[in-house]
Amino acid sequence: MKTDIKEKSQNKEGAGPALAVRNLWAGYDGKPVLEAVNFQVQPGDMVGIIGPNGSGKSTLIKTVLGLVKPLKGEVSVLGRNGPTERHLVGYTPQTELVDWDFPVTVADVALMGRYSRRGLFRRTTKEDREAADAALELVKIFDLRERLIGELSGGQRRRVLLARAMAHNPKLLLLDEPMAGLDATAQHQLLDLFDELRSNGATVVLSTHDLSCVSQRCDKAACLNRRLIAFGKPSDVLTEQVLGDTFGTHLLMVHLDGQAYAYQHHTHAGTAGSPVNGSFSTTPRTPPAPESEK
Amino acid sequence: MLDVIDAIREPWEFGFMQRALLAAAFAALVCSVVGVFVVLRGMAFMGDAVAHSSLAGMSVAYFFGGSIFWGAFAWAVPASLTITFISRRTNLRLDTAIGIIFASGFAVGIILMSRVSNYTADLFGLLFGNVLGVSWGEVALIGSVAGGVLLAITALYKELLFTAYDATMSAASGIPVRFIQYLLPLLVGITTVASLKAVGIVLVLALLVTPAATATLMARRLPGIMAYSVLTGLAATVAGLYLSFHADLPTGPSIVVVATGMFLAALLFSPSKGMVWQFRRTVSLASE
Repeated sequence: MKTDIKEKSQNKEGAGPALAVRNLWAGYDGKPVLEAVNFQVQPGDMVGIIGPNGSGKSTLIKTVLGLVKPLKGEVSVLGRNGPTERHLVGYTPQTELVDWDFPVTVADVALMGRYSRRGLFRRTTKEDREAADAALELVKIFDLRERLIGELSGGQRRRVLLARAMAHNPKLLLLDEPMAGLDATAQHQLLDLFDELRSNGATVVLSTHDLSCVSQRCDKAACLNRRLIAFGKPSDVLTEQVLGDTFGTHLLMVHLDGQAYAYQHHTHAGTAGSPVNGSFSTTPRTPPAPESEK
Repeated sequence: MLDVIDAIREPWEFGFMQRALLAAAFAALVCSVVGVFVVLRGMAFMGDAVAHSSLAGMSVAYFFGGSIFWGAFAWAVPASLTITFISRRTNLRLDTAIGIIFASGFAVGIILMSRVSNYTADLFGLLFGNVLGVSWGEVALIGSVAGGVLLAITALYKELLFTAYDATMSAASGIPVRFIQYLLPLLVGITTVASLKAVGIVLVLALLVTPAATATLMARRLPGIMAYSVLTGLAATVAGLYLSFHADLPTGPSIVVVATGMFLAALLFSPSKGMVWQFRRTVSLASE
């Protein structure tokens, strides 16, 4: 099965980008949040979208999903335009947008991932239940399948949402802040899982506030602040200039022992007279991850 | 012993009690199922508002000598759609939209009813229900409307479930979320109309919420909650009718009182979530 998916993904590489966004303007009530965004994601890559709150990270993801219609420009997934091929895309929302008190089990939620393959009025089939179970195995929470979702820990909750997204075997995963609120260990386990999914042929696009995650684990960084400030290899893109333009404050990336930290200067009016006085806006990770594969 | 058997059998020797049982059971059945979605989505006052506002439709029908049931139905459908429309298309919250429709329909209803000579007696019947006066024709009508609502819920169960749980994701999966978000309040509205004869405008809220709330305390997963809700609703109906018959009490309120008693029992003694067991676990942990 693994080789099968790999072969397919290799075929796809010849077929063009997994995701192409061309001159995209999108927003709500005719007011653009995103302006003239252009980029392409190659199959198998992991792309981290960074940007301050309100910079359009979620809007971008929702536009790719077809939940927000472009005002101008276009989005194509695996060379196909429009939201017709929904099962090609898997999506996990921000966890605070999910009702964790809803009386459904882990298995129920994974099965919901199959609904896009079944039309209105149709019941789910044995094939659907098997696919949902396979997705639970993939994200390593099969043994929790009878649990109510409200009984899960933070890391397990991400995995349920991920299982739901994986249940219809998507080629492109869109993850809205998948790491938020997790401890360092759970973050690393989740990132390892993303690598595993990618080795099975999936392409991952995630939004995050964690700059060091992007610099260490992503193939590409997309710096967004309503416009795409920069897109490319993290080591090329995460410069002082770009981060300053993206976040509107003075941010420095500091590389120490293969780790990257975002370092913020205080530029508040009240401390104008103080000398260079910084603080880590992103906490160091323990244990340090070796910067291999890059 | 014979007395007990007689007490159990006696009510059903009367035609009006047989009709009341069927009408109230249909209402309780559909309310219990729809009520689960109502409780999960926090839509309780949606149902209450539609019931109250449909007094306007009932009054118009009453005034012109038409069918009160269809009067209520004709008002309930646009009322529930309007509430959804206002809350979705403006930045007014759902409870505000509910407040406007609730009070306006009720006001129009009272104005019309006040033009009728035996105003209080008739109004009382509409407000609190009169299930003992239900005809076979009305029983059939309530049964068909309840059946229609249950059929819609069965057919669209996975869409209703997914949208109630996570509307964004559900839209991303290609489910027609906007349609479902108008449909569910509409089904709630139609359900309240089907229940007006059984418990009346004022008490319909209890039939919609109490069995589902009781079930939520008893079961973990949605299918179990549905089953418990239906069981609670039907048991309360039968027990309420007995209470009403033997103690000579008004029927609708009797059903509501019994259902509330079942809710309290679940609140205290539910195996997993009962407050009594929770208290005992806390005490035994503290004493260790």
